[in-house]
Amino acid sequence: MSVLALLVGAGLLLAGSFLAGFVWAARSGQFDDTTTPAVRLLTDGDDLVPLPDARSPSADRSRGRDPR
Amino acid sequence: MSRRAAAAGLPPAPSAPAPVAGLSAEPRCAHCGEPCAATRVEDDGQTFCCLGCRTVYGLLQASGLGRYYRLEKAPGLRIAAPAEASRYAYLDDPAVAQRLLSFRGEKVSRVTFQVPAIHCVACVWLLENLFTLEPGIGESTVDFPRKRLTVRFDHERTPLSRLVTLLAGLGYEPALQLDDLEPRRVPRGERGLLVKLGIAGFAAGNVMLLAFPTYLGLQPGDEVVVRRFPWLALLLALPVLLYSASGYWRAAWLGLRHWRLTMDVPICLGLSALFGSSLAEILRGGGAGYLDSLCVLVFLLLCGKWLQARTYAGLSFERDYRSYFPLAACRVDAAGEERTVALTALLPGDRVVVRNGELLPADGVLVEGAAALDYSFVSGESLPVARSAGERLWAGARQVGGRIVVELTARASESRLTELWNDEAFHRGQEGRLASFNDRVSRWFTPLVVLVALGAGAYWQLHRPELALRAFVSVLIVACPCALALAAPFALDTAWRALGRRGFYARAGAVVDAMAGIETVVFDKTGTLSRAEVGSLAWVGAPLAPADKGVVAAVAAGSRHPLSRALHRALEPVAPSADLVAFEEEPGLGVRGRVGGRSVAIGSLAWLERCGVSLPAPAPPAVVHVAVDGAYAGGLHAESRWRDDVDGMLAELGASCRLAVASGDGERDRAALVRLLGPAAPLVFRQSPQEKLDLVRRLGEHGAVMMVGDGLNDAGALEASRVGVAVTDDVAAFSPACDAVLDARSLGQLPSFLRFARRVMRVVSASLVLSLGYNGFGIALAARGAFSPLVSAVLMPVSSITVVGFAVLATRRAARRLLAPALAGPAEATR
Repeated sequence: MSVLALLVGAGLLLAGSFLAGFVWAARSGQFDDTTTPAVRLLTDGDDLVPLPDARSPSADRSRGRDPR
Repeated sequence: MSRRAAAAGLPPAPSAPAPVAGLSAEPRCAHCGEPCAATRVEDDGQTFCCLGCRTVYGLLQASGLGRYYRLEKAPGLRIAAPAEASRYAYLDDPAVAQRLLSFRGEKVSRVTFQVPAIHCVACVWLLENLFTLEPGIGESTVDFPRKRLTVRFDHERTPLSRLVTLLAGLGYEPALQLDDLEPRRVPRGERGLLVKLGIAGFAAGNVMLLAFPTYLGLQPGDEVVVRRFPWLALLLALPVLLYSASGYWRAAWLGLRHWRLTMDVPICLGLSALFGSSLAEILRGGGAGYLDSLCVLVFLLLCGKWLQARTYAGLSFERDYRSYFPLAACRVDAAGEERTVALTALLPGDRVVVRNGELLPADGVLVEGAAALDYSFVSGESLPVARSAGERLWAGARQVGGRIVVELTARASESRLTELWNDEAFHRGQEGRLASFNDRVSRWFTPLVVLVALGAGAYWQLHRPELALRAFVSVLIVACPCALALAAPFALDTAWRALGRRGFYARAGAVVDAMAGIETVVFDKTGTLSRAEVGSLAWVGAPLAPADKGVVAAVAAGSRHPLSRALHRALEPVAPSADLVAFEEEPGLGVRGRVGGRSVAIGSLAWLERCGVSLPAPAPPAVVHVAVDGAYAGGLHAESRWRDDVDGMLAELGASCRLAVASGDGERDRAALVRLLGPAAPLVFRQSPQEKLDLVRRLGEHGAVMMVGDGLNDAGALEASRVGVAVTDDVAAFSPACDAVLDARSLGQLPSFLRFARRVMRVVSASLVLSLGYNGFGIALAARGAFSPLVSAVLMPVSSITVVGFAVLATRRAARRLLAPALAGPAEATR
């Protein structure tokens, strides 16, 4: 009845990946503000491009997590 | 209803009609929606109320941000005066910047501002597109319910001062308060709780799945696989026990160390019993024991805890004077040059300029100008106080009138007002203040459970020793107060939300619990029972003859004192007679002068006496008295404007509670208050903040006190009371630290709120009886040794769900029956 072991293992793996996703989302603060994204949605779609000469520091976003 | 009003939780403002030429009688500004008065400016086919609004409109259109005006009709805020960069120059001081910035890298900094003006979709959109206006600005994020703006910027290209100047120029001036310079307390707990909750839920689901063969009594053929299930369950349950439940272990340990039996103690006893017996069973080679019950229990408990941790994101309940004082003041040096500096940099001896509407940042001596100071928020005096050069001024007052120069005598943090915060009332923990219902129950519940468990163990030890340990452990397990621990959080959370929808924003559900025990309600007067602004000024005494009116008005016009001006206004229909001679003003007392050969004295009773006026035997209750030609003529009586429903509210409240009024104001309103509260209620006037605190503490010895106040002078009393309620006309504005913020429109419902709180606690008590019934049933089974993992797996969730369901439904029913319908504006978003 190794099929049972397989199923339990697969189930745990799947649920574990969901759990990992949830933990990551909670840790990175995605549940801190659940209202603004709903408001932002109303204006979504045509975000502006920065001015041609703008050297936007948002490129530094890849520096890793901020010490919040 | 406009979104702006909805966001602020306010009644809908009259919507701004579209500025169609020839159709609307009164054109409204395309930027801010205010009516366009004489200063109107027309440009680009639009009408603006002022040049400031037009400038912003032009700037946004030129930067391709014109969509701001299509997202909402007239979304902007009136730009009163163009922002001067020099006003914010102090922000580039490294010491100030270091405190304000939440992150400072080599090139990029990040800062979070409180921006009270955020109110609509267009605000969010504009503020998140700031980078198009200023190349040094990167990503900006708005937290809408908290009205916060986080900006990432290149501090070399855009200094902090420039960023703030830009925001202020757009009408989104950040609220920079003194407490921004304090080290920040970062709330981390909530994210951790979510992770714990997630792990417990994950483990609970999977452990239950693994326990299914046991539930169904199956004997699977593959013994090898099934024998491993308990070990797998143990692996899953360990993080729940050690991490998810860690808060309970810690709280129980802390409680025991202080000899307090909190609800955490029986929970931890139950958890240990569950885990210990399961571990024994697994080691023996049996089933997985009670691990499924353990995980479900922790999961449900954490759900309750999560509910309890909810609060209103947009409101702060912890503010002290530092959130009231501005971050900076305008210092003037010996050469007469003015510079804005951080408040913490001001030293005694410095001279600061205070303009109309600005706050006096520290104690000092008036050097220049005529001070008319509004102390209503810091001392409760409803009338402005006039001071002239050389007099002492106390911090916290708002200047109404012209520019004054003040020489400081103390640092901002050492003023007379801030001394109040040294009282011990501000230095005790929150938990002692709101001992929860559960902890009160736990005080007798825990010893009882241990006694029953020992009794059952002892009984079986005598009769069938092999069952003794099992009975002992089973009692501990089944007595684990899961339903009991959940009933109160769920009922209180339901009540908390019901109250929030009606304008009573409590800090936490536990406040409802505390409200149920209130026996005395102490009110502040100015700003709480009455409106903050002075009501009508009425003339008392015989009406003045027209000729007298003219001479009195002439003398009153000679003084800049707010009361003289009010008197002048009250006599306005008559043109003041000219040729005022021998005018004399004694600060703090009054004025006198001669007009056309007639002498007039205006001022306090003491002043009139000094001018040789014979006073009438009972002095009329006036704030300013007038004598013409040496004879008492009458006075001006300032009437407080009571809030709506105050009389009905006090009458209703007086039936169930003792009432008292502690006012920082004079006794002018004593008669009216006696009429409102009845002759027995204690009324005290001219109370300093410390005296108010002492009064509440004294009354608190005879029963729980609710303090209802509004200003900084109530801060001590709010802190010392069992439940401190801050009344406010604008829930987003500053209110002192308190347990609940009450929308002034709902003040009349206070008696029904208290009645509701008492009913909710009866519901909680009924849930307690229900859950004890389940516990009793389980204990009866367990004491007989008939308790099994299967019984536990069924009994625990069933009891929890029925008890919680009962508590929530009964609370909702009580809210429908006892409370008025919800306010029009939706409650501030939670979390």
